[in-house]
Amino acid sequence: MTFAPLVKPAPVLVLFAHPASWASQVNRALADAVRGLTGLCFHDLHEAYPGFDVDAEAERELLRAARLVVLQHPLYWYGPPAIVKHWIDVVLGPGFAYGAGAGVLADKDLVQVITTGAFATAYRPDGHHRYTLAELLRPVEQTARFCGMHYLRPLVVYAGRELSEVAVRAHARRYRDLLAGYPETRPPEVVPGELWETWA
Amino acid sequence: MDHGLLPTAVVYLLAAVIAVPLATRLGLGSVLGYLGAGIAIGPWGLGLVRDLADVRGFGELGVVLLLFLIGLELEPRRLWSLRRSIIGTGALQVLATAVLIAGAAALIGQDVRGALVIGMGLAMSSTALALQSLGERNLLGTPAGRTGFSVLLFQDLAVVPMLALIPLLGTPAVGDTGVAVGWLGAGKGAAVIAGAVLGGRFLTRPLFRFIAATRLRELFTTFSLFVVAGMAYLMEAVGLSMALGAFLAGVLLAESEYRRALEADIEPFKGLLMGFFFMSVGMTVDFSRLMEDPLPVIAAVLGLLGVKVAVLLALARASGLPRQQWPVFAVILSQGGEFAFVLFAAAAAGGALSREVLETLVLVVALSMLATPLLLLLNDRVVEPRLRVAPPLPPADPIDVENAVIIAGFGRVGQIVARLLHANRIGTTVLDHDPEHIETVRRFGFKVFYGDATRLDLLRAAGAERARLLVVAVDDRDQALAIVDLARAEFPGLRTLARAWDLVHAFDLRDRGVADPERESFEGALRLGEAALRSLGFGAYQARLAAQRFRRHDVRTNERLYALSHRELTQRVSVSLEARRELEALFEADDRARRESRDQDWQ
Repeated sequence: MTFAPLVKPAPVLVLFAHPASWASQVNRALADAVRGLTGLCFHDLHEAYPGFDVDAEAERELLRAARLVVLQHPLYWYGPPAIVKHWIDVVLGPGFAYGAGAGVLADKDLVQVITTGAFATAYRPDGHHRYTLAELLRPVEQTARFCGMHYLRPLVVYAGRELSEVAVRAHARRYRDLLAGYPETRPPEVVPGELWETWA
Repeated sequence: MDHGLLPTAVVYLLAAVIAVPLATRLGLGSVLGYLGAGIAIGPWGLGLVRDLADVRGFGELGVVLLLFLIGLELEPRRLWSLRRSIIGTGALQVLATAVLIAGAAALIGQDVRGALVIGMGLAMSSTALALQSLGERNLLGTPAGRTGFSVLLFQDLAVVPMLALIPLLGTPAVGDTGVAVGWLGAGKGAAVIAGAVLGGRFLTRPLFRFIAATRLRELFTTFSLFVVAGMAYLMEAVGLSMALGAFLAGVLLAESEYRRALEADIEPFKGLLMGFFFMSVGMTVDFSRLMEDPLPVIAAVLGLLGVKVAVLLALARASGLPRQQWPVFAVILSQGGEFAFVLFAAAAAGGALSREVLETLVLVVALSMLATPLLLLLNDRVVEPRLRVAPPLPPADPIDVENAVIIAGFGRVGQIVARLLHANRIGTTVLDHDPEHIETVRRFGFKVFYGDATRLDLLRAAGAERARLLVVAVDDRDQALAIVDLARAEFPGLRTLARAWDLVHAFDLRDRGVADPERESFEGALRLGEAALRSLGFGAYQARLAAQRFRRHDVRTNERLYALSHRELTQRVSVSLEARRELEALFEADDRARRESRDQDWQ
């Protein structure tokens, strides 16, 4: 019935969300860089749930096996694409992610891998988008923390459309190294209220 | 009237094209339509066709093809399992009817020879008419259908000794040689059957394989027709019935790998030629003769139908058919058959029947055939509904459950609906008219009740007055409309959902107030198209978006078509053509957007 590739639980779980990944050079390059790594489960949400009928139990199975959860997606309107929010709503339910008998996610790591349309300078008080990414991403950061997870410093690729092929390859390698070397390459955890962007 | 082939063909085809849709539209069945067309163009109607011999010949070929197709459906093993009803019920029917009719004929002054011939001839039913009617009503698989078929098969076998007897009953001069010819014929017949069985088993399949390997489709059809016609001719040449030969050919090929291909090839010919057969019967009805002296003819027709129906009802009872099927079984076999024409003609030639008696008998048989579809109609509308007043419900299981949802029809569609509701703890009352079906699903804990949901009392018993929803999921489009009509008239507060066959049916349902009929194949087809896109490299989400987009477009187009559905056909055609162009434009724009976005590159 379904064409979704077999998704097997693994210590590193990449949740990939892009509604038109065929048209995004950067996201495709990033995804291709990590897809085949051992100990890694690459999970394309739009591919698995074209009708948004996220299977909460199957997702929880993947989460239980993971030590690092990667959310890889473009930034749309200051947040992840809708399917990520839907995934959060459906999967991180009471009794699993929080509340009595929960704690399944405690002490796991979560890292966002984000591509933006705008340059880094746009995410400043005097910039086009006024707020820093650290501020804009707080809903996800707090969600992770609420579940007892460690929210690690995100990997951001700014102005994805403007990048040269060389630059894209460099970002892809950085991403691959991060996941392949985990946990040694684990980025620092974000302290609440920290403005972590490198330009700051 | 010009006797060229073309004008005659035009007359026949036109008459059929006019009369048959009219008859089916009026719910009379195609047989009556053909008969009516025959009457209309025949010597006693408009007189467009006077020479009956040709069309009779074509028509008989239709019967031959029909028997071949029926044989194809019957593997030898299944035929063997029918042996008891063939030999038991079949023989009883022929013997009892023949004796009763012969007795009656003797009483009104026929001599013994004539009475015997009449008895035997009229004991036969019309294989063509009966099987067509059984098939048209989907009864071939039911007990009545199987028993009816067995009787017809026995009759076809009985033709052999009967034809052998005719010379014995003729004038002494013919009789002397007749005995020898008769028994010799029977011996030859047996030899030919044995040869055909062997040949069919060992020769036809390699031949079919050889022909199929040429990959010329028309050659395969030609060879199929040749096998059927050849077998029929062979049987007739040794004094057996053509139909029997064709049937035998069918049975022999029933287990072969070419069965489906043969079916597909022969089916259209059968339909067309059967039509000719029924039209030829219609033309045979000599209305002028009927007008001259109607009473004896009508009395004879009624007598014939009465005797046959009585015998058949007794047999239906004796062979344990379900009570509701008794009348339909009796009516379907109640007429005189095409074999009577042959037998009486032979007997008249031998001197056993006078010319005048022959003509009256032919008229009687033709009228009895004409009566069958009318009697069936009467049975449908009057007799059967009464017989089914008390559906065979076990006393422990009356419809006293109060369920929110009534589902009419528990086939492919109804089952899924019921299971989905069941899984959500919504009580359903299911109505279905297939007893076997019901037994299986009851075991799974569904409340399923036997009965026809087009019946008001059954709907009422199912709680239609208090139910919140009626789901019409029957697999018969007319029945679905009838149920919706009934529900709307009797239970105006009951919300109704319905399974639609196709767009036309969906419109018919909307005309009756069903807000959103679900086309049964649409969603599945959409998914299949989506899978096709996936296989061609679309992402799952992209394929879904394309399918959803198509769906929205289709729904919108159908809205427009529905708005026009009571208007001219030409307008509707132009809307659907326009819709197709729109769809193309829509997807072209889609494609362009994709290409542009690829060029500009998403982040």
